[in-house]
Amino acid sequence: MRHLPNYVVLVIVALLVAFPLLLALSYSLMSESEIATFPPPVLPQAPSLDNYATVFSTIPIGRYLLNSFVVAGAVVAGQIVTASLAAYAFSFLTYPGRTLLFFAFLSTLMIPWEATIIPNYITIRSIGWLDTYQGLAVPFMATAFGTFLLRQGFLQIPKELHDAARIDGASSFRFFRSIVVPLSRPALATVAIYAFLSTYNQYFWPLLITNQPLMRTTQVGIAQLRFEETLRWGLVMAGVVMVAAPTLALLIVGQRQLIRGLTSGAVKG
Amino acid sequence: MSHGGRPLLVGLAYLAPSLILFAAFVFIPLGRTFYLSFFNTRSTGAPTSFAGLDNYLELLTSEAFRTGIVATVLFTLYTVPLGIALGLVLAVLLDAPLRAIGVFRTIMSSTIAVSAAVGSLIWLLLFNPSLGLLNHMLSLVGIAGPQWLIQPQTAILAVSVTTIWLTLGTNVIVLLAGLQGVPQEIYEAARLDGARGLRMFTRITVPMVSPSLFFLLVVDTIAVLQAFTQIHVMTRGGPVDTTRVLVYSIYLDAFQNFQFGFASAQAVILFVIVLALTVIQFRVVERRVHYQ
Repeated sequence: MRHLPNYVVLVIVALLVAFPLLLALSYSLMSESEIATFPPPVLPQAPSLDNYATVFSTIPIGRYLLNSFVVAGAVVAGQIVTASLAAYAFSFLTYPGRTLLFFAFLSTLMIPWEATIIPNYITIRSIGWLDTYQGLAVPFMATAFGTFLLRQGFLQIPKELHDAARIDGASSFRFFRSIVVPLSRPALATVAIYAFLSTYNQYFWPLLITNQPLMRTTQVGIAQLRFEETLRWGLVMAGVVMVAAPTLALLIVGQRQLIRGLTSGAVKG
Repeated sequence: MSHGGRPLLVGLAYLAPSLILFAAFVFIPLGRTFYLSFFNTRSTGAPTSFAGLDNYLELLTSEAFRTGIVATVLFTLYTVPLGIALGLVLAVLLDAPLRAIGVFRTIMSSTIAVSAAVGSLIWLLLFNPSLGLLNHMLSLVGIAGPQWLIQPQTAILAVSVTTIWLTLGTNVIVLLAGLQGVPQEIYEAARLDGARGLRMFTRITVPMVSPSLFFLLVVDTIAVLQAFTQIHVMTRGGPVDTTRVLVYSIYLDAFQNFQFGFASAQAVILFVIVLALTVIQFRVVERRVHYQ
């Protein structure tokens, strides 16, 4: 047990990092009167799921979750299609201007979304896409980050495979669809998880372009609870737990992919 | 058709979906942001008359913009260095060949999956002066906690603490990967030379993960410059504009005050700062930082 001191430190630090999340869970099980007691409680005396029931009767949380899943799902599908096609063009195909086009993709990484948000809002409004799923999803369906990540994966596939397939008479698109894409599932999973997390967790854009309560997404929807006339913390925390649960579940399932995506830009070999 | 023509058309066909989306939602809007910044606009956003540099000159004399820049700089200084330092400490703890270390790694990187809205709501409760645990714990050690989000001096601190927690997950993952890339022989050689503890940390560990540290310095700074949710949920830019950072100012001037031209000038400034940071990153990564 010579590692015991290490574990003691690790447990304490892990508890500190996770403390806000654990507290949200704990408060979601408390009544409002218990939350108001002094000193502030940490664990519920009589845990109850009442707050969760109240969330459902206070805000259309089910609809918010549906909206967020539809939009995030659409962005995942869109990014997988656009990024894998583009990554193919940047790995297996040669044509004049390829480097220039590659730099065009690269340059989008230097442009913060907030610097384009005013014209984008005006565009979405003028084509009647306020309060629509397409308005929430379509602007995010292309990704330079995802394209580069997939390109790195595609470059691992031997070029001879491409030449052989072409000699056998397979079209370039057929090679892409039946060889490249199936061989690149891990990289595609990374792109998908990133797309889902970043879209599901968005706040600014859905706040801007949705006004109808039924078109709100989860993040904007629960933040509204803070601006109600009487702030009920147990209720807010129950909402927080419901909204955070899917992403935390995704973290546990897709941790390896997430780490790979995050570190591909940081520590190049 | 010339011999380069057909391959180019095929390439463009594969790139078309991305290129069309980038054109529609990145390149053309960026151009329009620049364009709008030189105009006076109607409340609908339509440009009315050419304003030249008026919007930019107005920024220079605007009190709100000046406090906004101060807030942005403070927010960055409070958040980025401390967040990276904390991430490094955690990563060092996690870089140990222990059983079940994976569980601890998952927990300590968990905030990567937590949205800014969720984090802000939880910290709002923690910072609550009467119900929150933070001031209660401070009172146990004899400190009278402030009205965090109501006092001008402390609101930015509260938002910064929240932001540090939210970025901790990313920092831990990137730095842990950096640490794992350091060859064990280097540590062994240093140990033979008598390096231990803090000395080992400052002389070996920090220089060896400098690429990751630098990567995070730029990425976290850019992320902080784009932070909107924490401000909107926790402070709404207040009290007295002390948390009205650049992005929040763009939001207020465009979508609350409907001065789209004036807000676009601020968006241009945001773009220039982020562009400069990215260029610096590309340059420095090429030479100064230690790469294996």
